[in-house]
Amino acid sequence: MSKIHRIDRRDFVKLLGLATGGIVLGCSIGSDKKDFIPTIDAEGFHPNLFIHLEKNGNITIIASRSEMGQGIRTSLASAIADELEADWKYITVEQAIGHEKYGNQNTDGSRSVRTQLTPMRKMGASAKMMLLAAAAKKWNIAPKDCSAKNHFVINKITKETLFFGDLVAEASLISLPEEDSIQLKKVEDFKFIGKTLKSVDLKDFTHGTAAYGMDIRLPNMKFAAIARCPVAFGTVKKFNKKYAEEVQGVESVFELPRLIPPTGKFFGMFGGMTVIANNTWAAFQGKANLKIEWDGGANASFDSETFKKTLTSRVHKTGKLVPGGKGNVRSAFKAAVKIVEATYHVPFLAHTPMEVPNATAWFQGNNIEVWAPVQDPQTARSELSHFFEIPEENITVNVTFLGGGFGRKSKSDFVVEAVAISKQINAPVQVVWTREDDVQHDFYHATSAQYLKGSLDRNGNVSGWLQRVGFPSIVSSFTPFSEYASGFELNQGFTNNPYILKNFRLENVQAEANIRIGWMRSVVHIHSGFGINSFIDELAFAAKKDPIQFHLNLLGPDRTIAGSAGFPFHSKRFKNVLNKTASMANWGKKLPKNHGLGVAIHYSFYSYVATIVEVSVIDKKVKVENIWTSIDCGLALNKDNVKNQLEGAAIFGMSIALYGKISIEEGAVAQNNFYDYQMTRMKDAPNIHINIVDAMNEPPTGVGEPGVPVIAPAICNAIFNATGERVRSLPLSDLGMV
Amino acid sequence: MIINLLINGKLHAIEAPEEMPLLWAIRDIIGLTGTKFGCGVSQCGACSVLLDGQLIKSCSLPVSGADGKEILTIEGSSENLEFLRQAWSDGNVPQCGYCQSGQLIAATSLLDTTENPTDNEIDAVMSANICRCGTYTRIKKAIHKAVTLKNEVI
Ligand code: FES
Ligand code: FES
Repeated sequence: MSKIHRIDRRDFVKLLGLATGGIVLGCSIGSDKKDFIPTIDAEGFHPNLFIHLEKNGNITIIASRSEMGQGIRTSLASAIADELEADWKYITVEQAIGHEKYGNQNTDGSRSVRTQLTPMRKMGASAKMMLLAAAAKKWNIAPKDCSAKNHFVINKITKETLFFGDLVAEASLISLPEEDSIQLKKVEDFKFIGKTLKSVDLKDFTHGTAAYGMDIRLPNMKFAAIARCPVAFGTVKKFNKKYAEEVQGVESVFELPRLIPPTGKFFGMFGGMTVIANNTWAAFQGKANLKIEWDGGANASFDSETFKKTLTSRVHKTGKLVPGGKGNVRSAFKAAVKIVEATYHVPFLAHTPMEVPNATAWFQGNNIEVWAPVQDPQTARSELSHFFEIPEENITVNVTFLGGGFGRKSKSDFVVEAVAISKQINAPVQVVWTREDDVQHDFYHATSAQYLKGSLDRNGNVSGWLQRVGFPSIVSSFTPFSEYASGFELNQGFTNNPYILKNFRLENVQAEANIRIGWMRSVVHIHSGFGINSFIDELAFAAKKDPIQFHLNLLGPDRTIAGSAGFPFHSKRFKNVLNKTASMANWGKKLPKNHGLGVAIHYSFYSYVATIVEVSVIDKKVKVENIWTSIDCGLALNKDNVKNQLEGAAIFGMSIALYGKISIEEGAVAQNNFYDYQMTRMKDAPNIHINIVDAMNEPPTGVGEPGVPVIAPAICNAIFNATGERVRSLPLSDLGMV
Repeated sequence: MIINLLINGKLHAIEAPEEMPLLWAIRDIIGLTGTKFGCGVSQCGACSVLLDGQLIKSCSLPVSGADGKEILTIEGSSENLEFLRQAWSDGNVPQCGYCQSGQLIAATSLLDTTENPTDNEIDAVMSANICRCGTYTRIKKAIHKAVTLKNEVI
């Protein structure tokens, strides 16, 4: 047994210099908490929490972030393997449980690569240094006379080689290198970073062997379905469970009280009536057979069409001034040669990941174990600890594959449900939502209204810009009566408007929440991207100017705006993606009859995106023919994966533009399933052309979300180009255009 | 009732209510979880299997309707399925992977009936399957690629 170096947490932080990054505890040398001490044995070398090397050379890399289709397991593993000089064929990836020892695991906000790349590279590099030191010791030479390549250490003097696996025992005795001695590779030496690596999970994905939440099977596990009040936060008034209990396979039926989260954090759960059965279908049938009288409560009269009118009238009046304005829009409007005004709408939207919410839990008195497709396992763990009064160290959250997340699975309400039921029935249980449950009880992407007023001077330049926006805030899900947008929401495209505007004013209007509000892929950027890009197109038309030239002029000369998180905004990079897209799409070319081109650009999650869409419109029916997107996301960790994400974002954005609409009548969601909440299908899918700007020396920025906000406005602008008709209210299906 | 299902070449005699959808018999009784639940109402194709060679949505067929029949699920194998798997891997098709069992089974059925499908023929069959991650372009390319791979072998 090798000795375990004892270093306390503060030293750790110093050691890896990651105090501000996520992974302060990301190394193996034990802290005084016993579960931080990795098993060090003669069979394996465990330089840190993320790397486990065996004698046969196999390396297991731990993925700390959830895999929901964004390819993170492959990407982060490739960063470690690159610095480690590992041979990819020896790599397998294992999913981490939810635990603070892995640093922040919240898989959200397109930030995994952005925040984890450097720490992961350091993990790989420090492990390599230890292997070099171990080999040097064996050969009795200095470590600097050794190098590593393809799973071997090379003696630079004699050219002898040693296989990584054969260094396990020696390497375990080497102490962790000092932080400032860790050298990272140069861009030109990258083997995996910035290249194309296929998903490590392809075999499982193509053989049905990847285990998603719903695929967990435990001995004696029960299945549960829950009937929730159609109106958010409503309660059970009366019920008759006779017909439910008659279903073959149903074992019990009982009321599940709502769990209300403390102000400011967690999600709680709705409660309702739950049906326990020995298979999923019986649970679903039992639920369908329940007779329940509900008390809808405070939200029972909410109507989304009425709310749309309310929000519209609010944005047509003066709202609350948002700080950060410039100049004086009123005098700009007075002096204007032309005034343009428009009001835009986005409806409520549901995430509908392909895998419905579900969780498997086993409550065992003093311990809880959970298996679930969660984006944020640590918050789920804290939340369980809060509600069930069990210390976090007795709670294990196993993260399964996620059959899509898009923000839905950041909320752990379904996990809380599973634990509450398991506690009640004293057995392991899997809670499965029906698709109807999913569509009707989501944390919805907020609806919005925005009013824009702009003025043109005599040269056709924008002289004034007034924007009023209103949408129910995400904060309402944590703090009741949050009726105005928060700063972090407005900073998603509204306050950080990238254009050169001398006179700029932003106002926010009241918007109360009567359903649960959440965040969905690209979040508030969906609103800002749609409003601003649609309006720029309207201004360009009014000014009789080419929309691309108009965007370029508004972006102004090359300039840098310092950001808060160390990611300054460069107008040059923005203009570059726009020019790239224009040339890919052959902007200005002669189009077939009934075709039109539309453009949109958007900066989000520190990435620059420009998109051009070509549509055809025949008999008022819109078909999206082509989508060209260029992204500058700094260092693109895995090229093909970035491309796949942008292709997916285009389809996701199309679903928003073409079909996405959740309507609420008498407090209840009117849609049910994919027949009335439709998705883009293959027959709708256009040709998608992706360009990734080569920016390997820039830090990596977001990839999963930035491709979404541009799609709807580019489609609507293309429709205008083809027909002269403006779409200002989504989706197109509402207007009979699909 | 007792129902006999020949799944991927293996016989399973199960006790199930006759109106239970085949999907849940496969997942919850037999324990093959590669076939997925996405909607339960024939809208998404996640639950696709081949029943005596015919493409069906297993969420919408009572298990009694499959009694004595042969079923191919994603855990199984067929000549076309193997070419498709190869093409799926070559094209790095999946994102979250959840819909891909159904996509692969639907594509297998397409190639079983249409040797070299056109884009329109692909659209016609594959539009029954939703991919929320949006991998349609890659799926289409991979189906063409599978045909090429097959032709190279033959
Ligand atoms: S689950 Fe059968 S088609 Fe969706
Ligand atoms: S790959 Fe995620 S739904 Fe298709």
